[in-house]
Amino acid sequence: MATKRNGIGVLMGVELVLNGANVNFIAFSKYTALGLDAQIFALFVIVLAAAEAAVALAIALNFYNNHLTIDVDRANRLKG
Amino acid sequence: MSDSVLAGENVLFTVFALATCLSAVAVVIAQTVVRMAFWLVISLGSTAALFFLADADFIGAAQLIIYVGGTLILLVFGVMLTASGPYLKLESSPGEIILGGFLGLLFMFAVFSSLQGVEWPAPLTGDSAVIGAPEGNTLRPLGLALLGTRPDLDLRDGDTLSTGYLLPFEIVSVHLLVVLIGAAYLARAKRRANAAVPGTADS
Repeated sequence: MATKRNGIGVLMGVELVLNGANVNFIAFSKYTALGLDAQIFALFVIVLAAAEAAVALAIALNFYNNHLTIDVDRANRLKG
Repeated sequence: MSDSVLAGENVLFTVFALATCLSAVAVVIAQTVVRMAFWLVISLGSTAALFFLADADFIGAAQLIIYVGGTLILLVFGVMLTASGPYLKLESSPGEIILGGFLGLLFMFAVFSSLQGVEWPAPLTGDSAVIGAPEGNTLRPLGLALLGTRPDLDLRDGDTLSTGYLLPFEIVSVHLLVVLIGAAYLARAKRRANAAVPGTADS
């Protein structure tokens, strides 16, 4: 996630991180007393990841329309 | 559960866990973004198989439907809409790669050291059904919990009534509506900054 310069690559890294958290939730659901609560948390994580991907992709498309690239290092217009 | 079934589960778990981890690493080190998307499909699909193995059948199905079927298609569409040429590569400098690897190792060290400090409760044995580890068929308990009732907890002796997840469910619903409207607003068709491409000016 930190080494990618492609904006969509960064998004995929975020998806991987959230997915790793989900694996932990499901493991806790099976092997600890957390039970069904962990599965509900995992469900919320999946839903929020989908929402985040949609919004971030819309932002990436907008950025591409304005700059004709999705190199995240080019998004420096707000730099002081 | 017989020994052969248990051994089969172990083999399947090993296969899918290896597929998940290796393709996750491949996502990180792949060069083009389309290959990253391919390895991400493998990784998320194997994760769904791991969920099925852990008796979380509804979460596994949701993972397949939402992640693999929805989010990744969305990402691939994003790749197609934003690639200015075939085999687009955005190389990172070696310093960035070293910095990223260092940060990753640092995070792994932090996770491992905090894992060492956790006092794990004893693994559930025997009466795990009483404690509430679900054993498959979780669709109805999950739906009831999202509606605010927890029959798997309420019917236990000595517990107060649990509240379920009705309010988080509503918050997520409103959040999804806001995201839908916001994403449609952000991604609406606009003229490009330099719309001088011939033949597409009238579209």
